[in-house]
Amino acid sequence: MKVSIEVNGRSLTEEVPDRTLLVHFLRDTAGLTATNIGCDTTSCGACTVLLDGESVKSCTVLAAQADGHAVTTVEGLSSSDGELHPVQRAFREQHGLQCGFCTPGMIMASVSLLADNPKPARDEVRAGLEGNLCRCTGYHNIVSAVVDASGQEVDR
Amino acid sequence: MSIVGTRVVRREDRDLITAGGTYVDDLRVEALSGAAHAVFVRSPIAHARIGGIDVSAAKEAPGVLGVFTAADLGLAPHPSGPLLEPWLAGDVVRYVGEPVALVVTEERYQLADAAELVDVDYEPLQAVATIEAALAGETLLFPDHGSNVVQVNGAKEFDDGIFGDCEVVVTQTILNQRVAPAPLEVRGAACVWGEDGRLTAWLSTQNAQMARGQLAAGLGVGEESVRVIAPDVGGGFGAKIGADPEATVLGWAARQLGRGVRWVESRSENLTAMTHGRAQRNTVTIGGKRDGTVLAYRLDVVQDAGAYPRMLLLPMLTELMAVGVYRFPKVETRSRAVVTTTTPIAAYRGAGRPEATAAVERAMDRFAAEIGLDPAEVRRGNFIRPEEFPYQSPTGASYDTGEYAAALDKALDAAGYAELRAEQQRRRAAGDPVELGLGIAAYVEITGGDGGGESGRVDIHPDGSVVAWTGSSPHGQGLGTSLAMLLSDQLGVPLEKITVRHGDTDEVPNAVGTFGSRSLQLGGSAIRQAAEEVIAQARELAADLLEAAPDDLELDAERGVWQVRGAPSSTVLSWAQVAEAAGGGKLSADVWFGGGAPTFPFGAHLAVVEVDTETGKVELRRIVAVDDAGPIVNPLTFRGQRHGGLGQGAAQALMEVVTYDEDGNPTTATLADYSFVTAAELPDFELVDMATPTDRNLLGVKGIGEAATIGSTPAVHNAVVDALSGRGVTHLDMPTTPIRVWAALEEARKGSAQ
Repeated sequence: MKVSIEVNGRSLTEEVPDRTLLVHFLRDTAGLTATNIGCDTTSCGACTVLLDGESVKSCTVLAAQADGHAVTTVEGLSSSDGELHPVQRAFREQHGLQCGFCTPGMIMASVSLLADNPKPARDEVRAGLEGNLCRCTGYHNIVSAVVDASGQEVDR
Repeated sequence: MSIVGTRVVRREDRDLITAGGTYVDDLRVEALSGAAHAVFVRSPIAHARIGGIDVSAAKEAPGVLGVFTAADLGLAPHPSGPLLEPWLAGDVVRYVGEPVALVVTEERYQLADAAELVDVDYEPLQAVATIEAALAGETLLFPDHGSNVVQVNGAKEFDDGIFGDCEVVVTQTILNQRVAPAPLEVRGAACVWGEDGRLTAWLSTQNAQMARGQLAAGLGVGEESVRVIAPDVGGGFGAKIGADPEATVLGWAARQLGRGVRWVESRSENLTAMTHGRAQRNTVTIGGKRDGTVLAYRLDVVQDAGAYPRMLLLPMLTELMAVGVYRFPKVETRSRAVVTTTTPIAAYRGAGRPEATAAVERAMDRFAAEIGLDPAEVRRGNFIRPEEFPYQSPTGASYDTGEYAAALDKALDAAGYAELRAEQQRRRAAGDPVELGLGIAAYVEITGGDGGGESGRVDIHPDGSVVAWTGSSPHGQGLGTSLAMLLSDQLGVPLEKITVRHGDTDEVPNAVGTFGSRSLQLGGSAIRQAAEEVIAQARELAADLLEAAPDDLELDAERGVWQVRGAPSSTVLSWAQVAEAAGGGKLSADVWFGGGAPTFPFGAHLAVVEVDTETGKVELRRIVAVDDAGPIVNPLTFRGQRHGGLGQGAAQALMEVVTYDEDGNPTTATLADYSFVTAAELPDFELVDMATPTDRNLLGVKGIGEAATIGSTPAVHNAVVDALSGRGVTHLDMPTTPIRVWAALEEARKGSAQ
């Protein structure tokens, strides 16, 4: 089927198999490989993107369901002159990533979390990121990164 | 001021946070354009004879380029251990997830459709799903071997005499459960044979050079015919050491088909076919005096090796590190490894040492409880003392340096141990259904324990830039930033002019790679040694240019210039000028650092838990961690490694376990079933720093990659048991899930009612 999806501000119209998942559309059709696949049960959150501004796990959305909608991936987060988004900057500054594989999904989930709760407490960050798994960081610095990105003092 | 020891934000991050890095499945390189896709057909049965495999329907499926089975391969057997593991099972399958066929298609979405059409006739055999079943030996995995026991090490017979002087002797069997390494990036590979007859294999691996050797041996070609590239690697945790058998089969298929082939497994495959870790049943016996002095220790290890023994070193490492941080005058250990119809076991973060620590730290708590002393006090009285180092342990390890009592005291002080004990007592006295538990683990770890060396090369170019190649192979540890910091410090060159490269066997032909927390101490020492050689070359060149004696020259490491000693205002030479004079384009040194004996980092962790005795729910409230790995190069990544280790170690104590049913069917084959710890279940970690140098390498550093995992598991485990100790519970196996806690309380309640 033919789908038209706006990806990071660019409109893409492509013919794809009906069963194409959004994550595969992003990776293989749009050529944006930052969005990763870490599981097959919608458990890990590595494929989290924004669909019309709401975070979704793109391995559980058909490309067809995103037809006519706008998707933002981590590649579309920094400004055109390369300035990092506050969440990207904070992940780097707080060492909120190690191997980096969960990071694009974690950053997108954090952007969504901060849109809903601009000044989260650490416990609220922990609860809000429960659907995104990380094997490297023990989450400590990820929580710090989200707190930092929210403009609050990181005291740990 | 030196950059070493300061907090430097990672250079690795920018690409990872803006473009997501380049993992194997992200590769869009020219050589892989038009590459086919592959999937392995895997056994759904734990133990069965293969009656036949019909691939005819699969071969007719849309897009299929090839379907291959054991009969097609014609490769010499896979030399992984004492028992031969087939590349693809042909006669018998021995675990759910064992590969039996490879399907290659044009498009990714055709793989699953075609794989479903491979028809394998399985004639079921009895599963051997547990250590007990393996030892019973009623069904043998390898009848020709004659036993399910595949390795015996250590004491031939135990001597009860070693406990003869003891007033108290306690025995406990401790299951160190099977867990899944589960890196977020699953396994993947892409293989292409060039027109020159060489294979290029991009692998998600911790050491490209070992993988090259394994691929070459498996495919029956020379090592010079194989180039392995590790692009960004999404976590390894020991399970991505070298190349798995799948990579060799993929390389074979690429040669057979004459085109590139790529493979990325699913998470379910990863949880059933990537090697698992731990899986030991350890029986400890500890004896001592009523004043708290320990006198004798026995450790009896049974390692579940899984279906094919891939790393029988693990139980031997557990024996080596058996006594931990304590002076046990008498010690005896032995280990046996058995095969079971389960996924093979290999390294997982800590690899043999966490199991040793979990056993001895549980034993110390049981001993302390038996004589009615505080576990901290018992530990403090039995530590190997600072003046005893280097310490030759009774199991054959040579500990370099240690301040074990100081580490424990720092942890207890930071946590407010006395107040926590008082709160525990208050709650008990008040009959609070939510119990407080405190768990201590003091640990010593061996890093760089393989005793191998590492390569390092440093080039200085005429534009003043520095390029270094390391044989280490970081995959999230931030080693590239740490090595650049070391070079910047040594050469006086700013970080932005330094590039660190790794993970391509054509660029770094000789290397050992990253495992066993060896990278900084060995890889870093190699880079230090290479830079020293470059400095020596530069000294001669600069002496010529400045018409001075080489011995009169000095490198001003603040400014990164060469000058005549004692005459800083005279003419100086930049690195660019010296490199220009070197001719041939650069100053260069390529070294092998071979002098790094193992080092022994140590620490002490305190865990605080709350256990709801009405529901069995355990909440981890605090972890206070002292981890001493010698001098710190980058506190940012040092702390990051500890956070990660604490998270993984705590998760093993609390929730993680790979399970099988009695027929050997995996019951934790997805992340929906396998309890992977989330942000919501962990607390903020409280880290206390301490740095005791070693004299066993050029930097004085020890490894930190696994240490916090080793300490945190027994700390959390001990805390849960401690919480229940007032209610008659003396032991509880991991993971301490609500149902298990609740059952232990019920058992204790029934016991006390009788």
